[in-house]
Order: sequence, then C-alpha cells, then structure tokens
Amino acid sequence: MKALTAQKTALTGNYAVAYAVKAAKPHVIAAYPITPQTSIVEKLSEFVEKGELSARFVNVESEFAAMSVVYGAAMAGARAFTATSSHGLLYMYEATWWAALSRAPVVMAVVTRTIGPPWNIHVEHNDILTLRDSGWIIGMAETVQEVFDMTLQAFRIAEAALLPTAIGLDGFILSHSTEPVEVTPQDIVDKFLPPRRPDAPITLRPGEPVIFGNLPSDNRIHARHKVATVYEAQNQAKDIIKKTDEEYGKLTGRSYGGLVEWYKTGDAKYAAVCMGAWCSDAKAAVDALRRRGIPIGLMRVRFLRPFPSEEVAKLDQYEKVIVFDRDITPLGGVLGVEVRAHLTRAEVVNIVAGIAGVDFDAQGFLDAVQKAVEGQYRGVEFVI
Amino acid sequence: MIPLSKPAPASAGITGTWRTYKPVVSLDKCIDCGLCWLYCPESVIDWEKGHKVTIDYTYCKGCGICADVCPVKAINMIPEEA
Amino acid sequence: MSFRLDQLPKKRYVVPGNAACAGCGMMIGWKILGMALGEEAVLTIPASCASVVQGLSPKSGIAMPILNVPFASAAAVATGIAEAFKTLGVKGHAVVWAGDGGTADIGFATLSGAAERNSNILYIMYDNEAYMNTGIQRSSSTPRAAWTTTTPMGKRERKKDVALLMAMHGAPYVATASIAYPQDFYRKLKRAAEVEGFKFIHLHTPCPPGWRFDPAKTVEVARLAVETGAWILWEYDNGKFKLNPPSTIYADKNKRKPLKEYLKLQGRFAHLTDNDIKNLEEEIDAKWQTILALAKTFS
Repeated sequence: MKALTAQKTALTGNYAVAYAVKAAKPHVIAAYPITPQTSIVEKLSEFVEKGELSARFVNVESEFAAMSVVYGAAMAGARAFTATSSHGLLYMYEATWWAALSRAPVVMAVVTRTIGPPWNIHVEHNDILTLRDSGWIIGMAETVQEVFDMTLQAFRIAEAALLPTAIGLDGFILSHSTEPVEVTPQDIVDKFLPPRRPDAPITLRPGEPVIFGNLPSDNRIHARHKVATVYEAQNQAKDIIKKTDEEYGKLTGRSYGGLVEWYKTGDAKYAAVCMGAWCSDAKAAVDALRRRGIPIGLMRVRFLRPFPSEEVAKLDQYEKVIVFDRDITPLGGVLGVEVRAHLTRAEVVNIVAGIAGVDFDAQGFLDAVQKAVEGQYRGVEFVI
Repeated sequence: MIPLSKPAPASAGITGTWRTYKPVVSLDKCIDCGLCWLYCPESVIDWEKGHKVTIDYTYCKGCGICADVCPVKAINMIPEEA
Repeated sequence: MSFRLDQLPKKRYVVPGNAACAGCGMMIGWKILGMALGEEAVLTIPASCASVVQGLSPKSGIAMPILNVPFASAAAVATGIAEAFKTLGVKGHAVVWAGDGGTADIGFATLSGAAERNSNILYIMYDNEAYMNTGIQRSSSTPRAAWTTTTPMGKRERKKDVALLMAMHGAPYVATASIAYPQDFYRKLKRAAEVEGFKFIHLHTPCPPGWRFDPAKTVEVARLAVETGAWILWEYDNGKFKLNPPSTIYADKNKRKPLKEYLKLQGRFAHLTDNDIKNLEEEIDAKWQTILALAKTFS
C-alpha cells in the first residue's frame, strides 16, 4: 500500500541522503568535503543555514574530526550524522573503531570511491569494506530511492542496535545520478523514527561521575565487551534490520527484503551475488541470460554487516554461485571470500570487476556469468 | 551495554604499599594553613579548620609534597620499616 | 574572587588509591579542576597519563564524568559533546583534560580546528613537557636542552608555545597556569567557565620521574619555573592580554631568580654547562619580550 501523501521528486543520490537526514532531524552534523560525497554536506549545511533543519552543523578540519565530533555528540545523547568517501574514511579510521566499541549510534553515508594511489575519484567498494571487522553495520543501496529509504532506516537501526551504521552508495553511479524519488512525508518519518534515547549507551552528564574507557582490571571484561559488540550485537541487529524494513514498508509501501533481496532465484540452477548500484545491471543480465535459457537468479546483499549468514547458506542449493566484487583483497573479493566460507557444496566463482572505477555494465555481467557457467571462469577471476 | 566505571578508592590498589617514607604530622607545630591538604596529589590528607590534619596511610604514596610545602616544617618524612 | 582554602569543596574529585605516580603534578591540577568545575564538567581525555591514572575499571580514581577517547581526537569529541549539550538543553561544560603530546603534537589539528571554529569547549593542556605515559619521549612542548629518552643529548629545538598559538587563533579566553599557584588556576577555570566559545588553559605540571627530581619537590619545581621566569603566568581575555601575579613582577629581569635554581633540581638538565644555561636564559628573555609586547599591544 502506497502512502497517499508521498511526494515524488527528482533527486541525486547525494541529495537523497541529505533529504533523508533532514527528515530524521539529527541534532549534530559534522563533515569534511571529499569528492564524490561533498554535495551531501553542502545540501545539509544549506538546510541548516536556511533554518529548515535545526541541527548544529560543525565545519571540521578533517574527517578524523568529523567522526570524533559525531562520536562525542552521540555519546552525549544526540542523533548525529556524518558522510565521507574513500581516503576520508581511511583518515577517520581510528575513530570509527572507537565509535563501534563505544556502541555510539552514529549514522554515516559512505559514497564509495576508489582508494589510491593514483588519485581516482571513481567507484570501488574497498573503502566502506574497511569497516567490516569493526562492529559497524554496513548497508549498500542499489537505487537512489533505496539510498533515501536506507538512510532513514539507518537511524532507527543504529539507535535500536546501538551500533554505528554506514550506508554505502556508489560514487557517481548513485551519488550524482538523478532518479525520481518518493520522499517520505515528515509525519510518517516521525512515526517511523521516534526521538533518540539520550541515556544509552551512557548517560554523560555533569555531576554524574560515570567513566567510560579506562583500563580494565581484568582483560576478560574487555574481551567480553568485544564479543558482545562485534559478534552478539551484530547478530541481534539482523532481526532489527528485518523488522525495521518491514515496518518501513507498512508505512511507506517500500521495503526491500531485510538483509538481502532475492531476484528470480526460485527455479534457478545458478545464483549470482553482488551488492550496490550495479545490482540493477546484474538484474538486467539475469533477465537476458534467462531469455537465453540459462536458469540464473540473483541474491543482492543489502547489508554486509551483520553478514546475512542464514541467507547466504541457502546458496548451497545452487550448482554454481557467481560472486561479483567491486573490491580487491589478496584472496579475491571480500564478498567472494565470505560467501565461500558459508558454502560446502556449491562451486563458487568470484569475479572481481569494476575496481578503480572501471566500467562494468549489464553486458559485462552477462559475459562473466556465461563464462562461469561454461567453466571458463573458476576460482577468482579479474575482469578489467 | 558498555563497561562503565564508577569512582572508588583503590582503583590502582592499596597504594600505601608504594611508600618508602611516611609523612608524620606534628599537630603542635601545625598553623592550620591547609597547604598540605591543598597540594596533596593523592587527596589522602583530611583537613578542617582547627588543627585537624589526618593522613590516610592506606593510600598515601609517601611523595613528601606535604612536608615540602608545609611553611613551618610540621610534617616529617620518616623511613618506613622494611 | 575569594580563594579561601577552608571554603573550597572538600569533596575528593581525585580519589585515593589511583594509578598516578607519587608526587604527580598533574593530579594537583586535577584536584583544582574538580574544586572549580567538578559538578559542571564532562571530561574528554585522550591517551595520556590522565587516562592511566584513572586506575582500573570498574573503578575510577577520578570522581567526574569522563569519556576516554583516541589520542588525536579530544578537541573534536568535546566539540561534539558541547554541541549535543546545546541542542539537548543540557547545562554544563565540555572540558578536555589532555597532555602536551595529545595537544601540541598529535592532537594539534583538532585543537586548532576547535579554536578556529570557536567551539564552546574548555581545553586544558596539562604540560609535563614530554610523552610521560610512554616513558619520557620528547614532545614539541619539551623545552630546549632537556634530556628525554628520544633526546639523549638534550632537545635541540625550542618548546612550542601552544598557549600563544591559541591566543593568535583569536580565542576568547586563553591563559597559562601553574600547579604551584592553585588560586590563580582556580580563578582562571572559573573565568573560563563564564566565557562562551573556545577556552584554553596551559597548565604547567612538573613530573618527578620524567624530569628526574625528588617527588617531594613537585610544587617547589613548579614555583621555581615561575620565579625564574621560565614559565610565565598570563591571560588573554576577550582581546586583552595581561600578566598575572606573581609573574607580573618578573617582567623586571632583575627580579627573577637565576635560572640555574630551577634547572639544578632536575636531572633532565644535569648535563648543561653554564654557557648552555646562559643561552637558555637569553631565550627565556626573548620570550618575555614577546609576552610584554603582547601585553602592551593588547592592553
């Protein structure tokens, strides 16, 4: 059921983030410009300056400061937002881990971009994936509409799970592409996203001598805290993400399937796996391959953290699982490695493509799947 | 949710055991100025107006600042017995 | 403002049995901070001696709310706390308590950023003039000629003057202080708490193990730093720059005690020749000329 009052407007991915953040009514925003993220914070500072958003906008001198400011704000009970990209994320890296183990529910948009050298502003997923072991929740949007919706969902997920949450949108492909977007009306957003509880994970107030972060008397205190955050809270977040998506669907008519989206996998013999904007190309390739008589479906990973283990385990029923990564590690792609770790029967082909912003379109998917199905591609393949 | 700490004595143990010299106050010489209380880095000196200076030897680390700042030398540093 | 010892709060903001070294100068400063702002402040503390002296969780040797944070982040985290307090309507001060390494070196970018933005925080740099927590390595705030484990022949460079740099940012309130003069530090804390915007206090805190002196002499060493003119008490309050007592009288070079009296108590200067000391005295006098010129210009 569609919300009757939904307004449709044309937005870039970055503006979709900005409009969603505005609707979420954060208290504090801090960010540092970096291509291709910059127009998010430009738009937000404009909202604040015009009085359309009553948040405090802090112009910081670095991404490290941006994350530190929103971390401090979140620990003091505020709803806080930042955005970055690539080297900006790497520069704030220490503070991102500190935020996770502090259970600070900050929300960050990561406009995914290639890591250098050489300098390269085009898309790649390695940047956001550096958060994968830290305790952060990591979502990846496919369309500008989903960017908008996932940003709103991220605030509720972060605050319910008490874990910082990053939403990824592909640099330029989503950040600078204009698509028609249904902007959720404010009254529905207010219903969906209640005000933040200021007393969790800590009540940081003058006169209340509570201390966080001094040395542990027993390292097992620290160890238990790590297990609780990086493992248990991540697992608990799975349900939170699914329910948040369902409830958002009831209120807006738009839901996405929780941690993953299944596309034409019901009768498939082969399954492709990918995440981010190029999933739309992958879906077009699936349609084309099916017209050629190749029974293939697609699992789109919406959230890489928490990892959709149960869903990925179901891929074992397929003969071949073809995993596409827009990132590179010494073992292939992150998704490829992690999917393979969950499967015992199915053959996994990991295709690393589109890194460093190299174009990879529906035809690219089609060709790569064809080769994987025919056995020309095995193990890890790099398509450049 | 996250491991929090609350203020409590002995966050680093019974620090009086660190001491090699022990400050001993001669109240007959004390002029009640409060400087020992003010400068004691450990907060182990209690002072109220009226020549009431007491030292908490459970935690006093024996640094000797109190003896050094005392304007009338009313505090002596005495070696701890082995 | 009256500063009567018997009227100061008796509450122990520094709790006995903490992990500070015997004779720690920083802890004297912390006591004064507690007396002045103990019920009004939330502390942000970067990696430093100050993070360690709190002792072991779930206990804390400090009776104030504290968020321990990454080394370089304190000024930015405190900014976030201050902004949150503002929007949430919480009364109170976001205060940073940070060492010289976390302030003058690794944290300098966040510090400068907060000062330039005029973020509403009070930043206190307790200056023990080296990386004491990691075992006495030089910082940019280590004075020239001082021995540290990474300047075994004495530091060749001069001390970075962070307080002056903050004043030159145009911050509404900047001051220096010394743990030997608690009443001066207390007054400056109270004054800073009245000022909206960025406040910076540079607190001189001798360190017995790091400076190589008898822990009983902490206050004496701090006082000699002021009496010899090596440490100058001043404040820059909304555009007005002035010396504070007792430094006021040491504007006259002849009133200062010989620098040697300050240096000879400290093992870190034991290798200095008379000529080295003379050079240091000249450098100190040059610093005085700068401070006096500022006091005259911004009177």
